[in-house]
Amino acid sequence: MKKKVLTVDDSRTMREMVSFTLKGAGYDVVEAGDGQQALNALGVNKVDLVIADLNMPVMDGITLIKRMRATPAYRTLPVLMLTTESDDKKKSEGRSAGATGWIVKPFDPAKLISVVQKVCG
Amino acid sequence: MDDLSQFKQTYFEESAELLEVAESGLLRLSPDNQDMDEINAVFRAVHSIKGGGGAFGFTDLVAFAHEFETVMDGVRSSTIPVTTDLVDTLIIANDVLGRLIGHAQENTPIPPGTTDAAAQALCRFLGKTGAPTKSTDSASAEATSATATATVAGAGAGAIPAADDGRKTWCIRFTPKQDLLLSGNDPSFMLRALERMGEATIDCDVSDLPSLDHMEPENLYLKWTVQLLTDQTKAQIEDPFEFVAEEGVVEITCLSETAAGPTAAKTETASVGAVAVSGSRPEADSGAASGSGQLTVYSKSGEAGAKTAANKGAGGAPPTQVAGHTIRVDLDKIDRLVNMVGEMVITQAMVAEHLRDLPPGEFQELLEGLEQLAQHTRELRESVMSIRAQPVGSVFSRMPRLVRDLAAETGKDVVLETSGENTEVDKTVIENLVDPLTHMIRNSIDHGLETPDAREAAGKPRTGIVHLSAQHRSGRIVIEVSDDGRGINRPRVLEKAVEQGLVPAGASLSDEDIDNLIFLPGFSTADKVSNISGRGVGMDVVRRNISGLGGRIAVYSAPGQGSRFVLSLPLTLAVLDGMVISVGAERFVLPLTNIVESLRPKHADLHGLVNKCDVMMARGEYVRLVYLHKLFGIPGAVEDASKGLVVLVESEGDGRLGLVVDEVLGQQQVVIKSLEANFRRLDGVGAATILGDGRVALILDVAGLQEMSQHSGSGGGVRQISDLASPAAVPLLRAS
Amino acid sequence: MSSNSLSVVGRTEMAASTSHEEQYVTFTVGAEEYGVKILSVREIRGWTPESRLPNLADYVRGVVNLRGIIIPIFDLRARFGGGCTEVTKLHVVVVIQVGERTRGILVDAISDILTIGHDQIKPPPTLDSSMVEAQYLSGLYTCDQRMVTLLDVTKLFAEETGEEEHLAQRANMGTARAA
Repeated sequence: MKKKVLTVDDSRTMREMVSFTLKGAGYDVVEAGDGQQALNALGVNKVDLVIADLNMPVMDGITLIKRMRATPAYRTLPVLMLTTESDDKKKSEGRSAGATGWIVKPFDPAKLISVVQKVCG
Repeated sequence: MDDLSQFKQTYFEESAELLEVAESGLLRLSPDNQDMDEINAVFRAVHSIKGGGGAFGFTDLVAFAHEFETVMDGVRSSTIPVTTDLVDTLIIANDVLGRLIGHAQENTPIPPGTTDAAAQALCRFLGKTGAPTKSTDSASAEATSATATATVAGAGAGAIPAADDGRKTWCIRFTPKQDLLLSGNDPSFMLRALERMGEATIDCDVSDLPSLDHMEPENLYLKWTVQLLTDQTKAQIEDPFEFVAEEGVVEITCLSETAAGPTAAKTETASVGAVAVSGSRPEADSGAASGSGQLTVYSKSGEAGAKTAANKGAGGAPPTQVAGHTIRVDLDKIDRLVNMVGEMVITQAMVAEHLRDLPPGEFQELLEGLEQLAQHTRELRESVMSIRAQPVGSVFSRMPRLVRDLAAETGKDVVLETSGENTEVDKTVIENLVDPLTHMIRNSIDHGLETPDAREAAGKPRTGIVHLSAQHRSGRIVIEVSDDGRGINRPRVLEKAVEQGLVPAGASLSDEDIDNLIFLPGFSTADKVSNISGRGVGMDVVRRNISGLGGRIAVYSAPGQGSRFVLSLPLTLAVLDGMVISVGAERFVLPLTNIVESLRPKHADLHGLVNKCDVMMARGEYVRLVYLHKLFGIPGAVEDASKGLVVLVESEGDGRLGLVVDEVLGQQQVVIKSLEANFRRLDGVGAATILGDGRVALILDVAGLQEMSQHSGSGGGVRQISDLASPAAVPLLRAS
Repeated sequence: MSSNSLSVVGRTEMAASTSHEEQYVTFTVGAEEYGVKILSVREIRGWTPESRLPNLADYVRGVVNLRGIIIPIFDLRARFGGGCTEVTKLHVVVVIQVGERTRGILVDAISDILTIGHDQIKPPPTLDSSMVEAQYLSGLYTCDQRMVTLLDVTKLFAEETGEEEHLAQRANMGTARAA
């Protein structure tokens, strides 16, 4: 059974790159353009991992994580923050919102895959 | 990273969209109008361009985008006040960013100094002095992340002597916090990762497990001790625990006695968090140590970004963004679908044609089914076409920039007003709108509007208005560009036209004819060639392009009050509803939108007019008759209008006329095929199509027919091929 | 491209690949035999009735539907002044593709496929260069005492299909030429 990853980013380029990389590593990938779309996508897909950009229109990544953690079904669903902000402040903000981990953009494909494996096998 | 280079195309496409978003946002930004949603949208656009650029290693682009982003960040956190100067700088920065993307896309080197001025201007708003260092590698986000990885590995290597060939035994004690699971982390993945590194013995300590009635199901009460025989380094062993530093403590001890060094056997109670922190700090330090001023900004922006995101994070949900259930489909796929529907329309017509001769009454069900098929085909076609429909706003949105630049260049005060941006039209039309609109707006600002002083002297407000509007009208899209300028200077236009030999001296032309002279090839009123218009490439090209699309353009002008250009185009360039007619052995298609009615005239309705042409009385009005067989030189056609049919047609801007044909064969949806793809444009012919029997029929261009018939004088006449080389020629020159 | 090579494009091409041979499809129009490079021939099809185009010279026969695209059909006999071809079901259309553009040439019959070395091609005798025939010819070849006139497909009916206009528009020259 393939694991399914939801990639959330307002940048199409970034979504497609994440999607391509993970599909190549044997994952199913669904995409969403912002936090709200991500919540919608979670409702209709059984997702094993969410990779979310932080800075997005409509609903940003931090809000998405908070919403997820407030929803029983997604309380323990792994969420990776995908962010160019590599500073600790951003990270800890995400952590306290309930993020599982982080990936710093730009990533190389091997790094992305290894981080994804780390949190969802 | 080579695998990802295939996404460059996506990146460039997306960047083009983002640049437009940024530009339109910036164009609306002013000290009086600081819409936070728009500012955020601009910030995100630049941010995304930078992010993607980093992924492909476009270091200069990333460095510049970074400056731009930093300033935008200041704007959105209100630390940088919005001034006209700032907006100008940001617009220029957006241009420069566009050029950098262009160079990246074409893989051409960036000319030295491309970013200097713009970067300096940006720096002014950051309170920095001097140009930013163009030290590209240290500024590159890609480089920094590479450094980060290296540093983490280095930290591990420093703590324990580098792994030698032999494996060592490690003891890993993992004591997670009770709420670890709530961050989405799952210890089983970490333990499995350790298992994969070598031979692992895992002990689970369940001593903290409470009795069932005290147990919180989402809490974690377990601790683990792992003995691991592996050749991995300590850093590699720590790696699976990267994200749980704050959720628990990981103790990693090397149990193997090695000769490598005295520290080897010492227990290090290193919280992974500490490693992570020390992994990221040296990254910043090493960057700074390389002496780049750029990096200072980088980290500053990081903090600022974090701060503002924290402030706005939870609250802001910009409503402008189009969300919802949309998918992005490759254009090729849609085009294939459109083509397929086109072929289906042809097939359906073919079946209909074959069944037309069936004896009536006998195959009722078949005919009913066919009628339904026709209906469904029509609906399918409309659905498919609506997929490709786009609001003209996507073209209109490019115009504010043009107006701004032209206003600056000409020293005129101009306000652009737009309306009807949501009017939808097929993408084939959208693509062809940009150039004509650009020309028309140029023309309005350059020739139409007066200087502020002249306007004041004429009792008008100093600021001129150019209005751009779109609307649907009788199955076509009508776009108007109007200005409140001086109107067409008719005496001067006539004088110039005579001077340029386009009109015989002494010709007497009506006001309307004079206005239309501006569409003549080669016509220009400019005495000197300016940057803006006056290169002789102007309204004639606009008209030619428009008529090539089956569209018309007309101009209306009132001296002192302004001019109005009216452009009318079909809603799609893919399919049209037409009437199939026959002349001799040939069949043609007349666009339904041009047809008023068809009549079978009595002999008494027909009259000759001064031996020039025939006219016919239709509904109390005389209309000029045009014999299609004469105009096109078709043998074997009905020559007497009273024995054939007259189709009353009209076109945008021009009057009515009666087209004499042999027979009207029926109404049909036809797929528009280009004649020009493999041949050339022909006068009076808009395009071609394929009828049910597989034969080609020409789709008539009614306005073109009108021009031809005026040109040839007597409602028909054969022209030579040499004439066909010249574009929709000069019907206006009636010297008297 | 240097200005030098511009004037003798045909020969430069030949010189560039002297050692090579190329295949030509040859066909007859009346008593004459013509050849075009096989690589430019997209297909050969039987004649089907064309839809006429208004007010054009007699050698523009009209347009036909080639699997959904519309291509013009030219009458080679008429173009070379031999009058319009009286078509029958036996006549064939050689469909030629040059770049993106496709056109059909009506001829009497396909005659042969020849492999011709570049050194076997003789230059055509000097014709009045204003004659359209001269522009079309790329060389002459003798085969079993037959003379085959080799045609340059890039020029063949290029003007009639508005190729120049096409190019001019692409070059963004915009302004119309004087009528």
